[in-house]
Amino acid sequence: MRRIDLVVFAARAIIAHPTRSALTSLGVVIGVAAVVMMTSIGLGAQQRVTSAIGGLGSNLLIVSPGASRGPGGGFVSQGAGTGQTLTEDDARAIQTQVEGAAAVAPSVRGGAQLTAEGANWQTRVEGVTPDYLTARDLTIASGRMFDENEARQGRKVIVIGQTIATELFGADIDPVGKRIRVGSVPFEVVGVLASRGQSGFGQDQDDIVLGPLQAVRSRVVGRRVQGSNVQTIYVKADTADDMDRLQEDVTNLLRERHRIRQGAEDDFSVQNMASIMEAMQASVKTFTSLLAAVAAVSLVVGGVGIMNIMLVAVTERTREIGLRMAVGARRNDVLFQFALEAITLSVIGGIIGLIIGVGGGFLMAKLGDWPVAIAGWSIPVSLGFSLIVGLVFGAYPSWRAARLDPIEALRRE
Amino acid sequence: MIEIRDLEKVYQMGEETVAALAGVSIDIARGEHIAITGASGSGKSTLMNIIGGLDRPTRGRYLFDGEDVSGFDDDDLANFRCRRIGFVFQSFQLLPRLTALQNVELPMVYAGLPPAERRARAATLLERVGLGARTGHRPTQMSGGQQQRVAIARALANSPDLLLADEPTGALDSQTGKDVLQLFRDLNAEGLTLVLVTHDQKVADQARRRVTFQDGKIISDQSGAGQ
Repeated sequence: MRRIDLVVFAARAIIAHPTRSALTSLGVVIGVAAVVMMTSIGLGAQQRVTSAIGGLGSNLLIVSPGASRGPGGGFVSQGAGTGQTLTEDDARAIQTQVEGAAAVAPSVRGGAQLTAEGANWQTRVEGVTPDYLTARDLTIASGRMFDENEARQGRKVIVIGQTIATELFGADIDPVGKRIRVGSVPFEVVGVLASRGQSGFGQDQDDIVLGPLQAVRSRVVGRRVQGSNVQTIYVKADTADDMDRLQEDVTNLLRERHRIRQGAEDDFSVQNMASIMEAMQASVKTFTSLLAAVAAVSLVVGGVGIMNIMLVAVTERTREIGLRMAVGARRNDVLFQFALEAITLSVIGGIIGLIIGVGGGFLMAKLGDWPVAIAGWSIPVSLGFSLIVGLVFGAYPSWRAARLDPIEALRRE
Repeated sequence: MIEIRDLEKVYQMGEETVAALAGVSIDIARGEHIAITGASGSGKSTLMNIIGGLDRPTRGRYLFDGEDVSGFDDDDLANFRCRRIGFVFQSFQLLPRLTALQNVELPMVYAGLPPAERRARAATLLERVGLGARTGHRPTQMSGGQQQRVAIARALANSPDLLLADEPTGALDSQTGKDVLQLFRDLNAEGLTLVLVTHDQKVADQARRRVTFQDGKIISDQSGAGQ
């Protein structure tokens, strides 16, 4: 027989019972929609984690005073002034003695009230060296960064973020050359940073003021940070591949400089942003896989639904099968007719499920406020899976139909 | 056309073996009109199923135009039923969701004919059995006699060598039954070989050759008269 006629038979059988066919497909619809939606949620979360941590600067080590508290304690704030163990000399030593450090940027910070032209703004001011820009992947939008000389001389110059510029001077005015009072000390704005928007953690990354380390330490931070101490040293690696080695070298160097004996605890902590990102991505991935696995179970349940209905159909249509065999249908013709029916139901369910899943993914992205992330592969994979589900769960009923004895089948009421 | 020698069919019923056919030999020539009679369980339906390729004998030889049908595999048998045999059943066995035309087309679908050709031939056949005006009707919209005519048209779809009818008038009232038998006689007159299984003596008397079964054996085989 011609193959197209098999398709016609299968289609006729599906159309003959529209409600039943729709309900049979529904299981696969739900399964595929769930898989597509879950993977898109997972991907969206993954992208968000990546951008959240990536926003801190990629390839970055963060060295802080005081031992980190417990596992993953890097995220526990040390509190200002709890440690006074890091110095500018430490930063310089890392710069000169550790291989693979592209930029080393010591920093101090303190809260301050900014005032300019009658407007004021409460924020945190960071005292840094020019290398800070490289270390944190920041760029200047207008003006310039202060240079090493200005930093060393304790010149009162600052670089501000877009939020500060807008809040103090309005959106349309270039603040370069203007003066801002930080607390009571006047600073001159020499540059404005390019906007970075919100961080993945929801912070405004443009609410930033950078000044020379010395000036900020003495004029803004005050007595909490003494001498040439610093609160954080940012170390940016040349490449992301070498982060573990770099972390180890920095740790060893600082232990040596701080004369920490073998076995004693570090009086500083080194956080590796790459490994934190890796760990978080891994956990999100695991979570995604878990969600997808649960969704896949519903796809299997949908397949069982198809098998159930197909078995009912084979029983109901036993006489029809007998008659078809009597007028010349081969066993394979019967097998393929029923298999095609199951596959068609499943694939139609898959297509509808895909549409719902993609729509749901967009909706979730909107509600969850993260980027829409419909994985391209989820389309062929979910359609492929619905095909396989139809094939696997249609196989047994079709086989039952094909091996019926035509004489018995014709006698069945 | 058909040569059957020492045909046996044995069924296993639990512990017991039941011989539905216990050594049957019969020859059927082209153009014959045969009625097979006998009590139910006498083996007549079993013989018909074997002749029609729906069943296989346990032992014995069945040659159809010199070919050994008892050695056919499932696909060969399906093909054999498709192209060489036409079945007419007591309960018509029409597919209720298909129109008369589509029902008649069915064997031609399995024979691989293209749709246009199928439709044309099905329409001709329905015309032949006197249902030219009812091609679009479904079985439920037709009387029993009309349904059986559709079934006969379907049996003729692939121009079979042999038409097998199992109690074709069993579900019809006497007048429509007579009409259907008349149709069979006309077809036979046109050269179609006809084997009718019946337990109705009046139906059997119409055939030119009458074969009687009892306990899986042929007990009489008379030719002549009839009609």
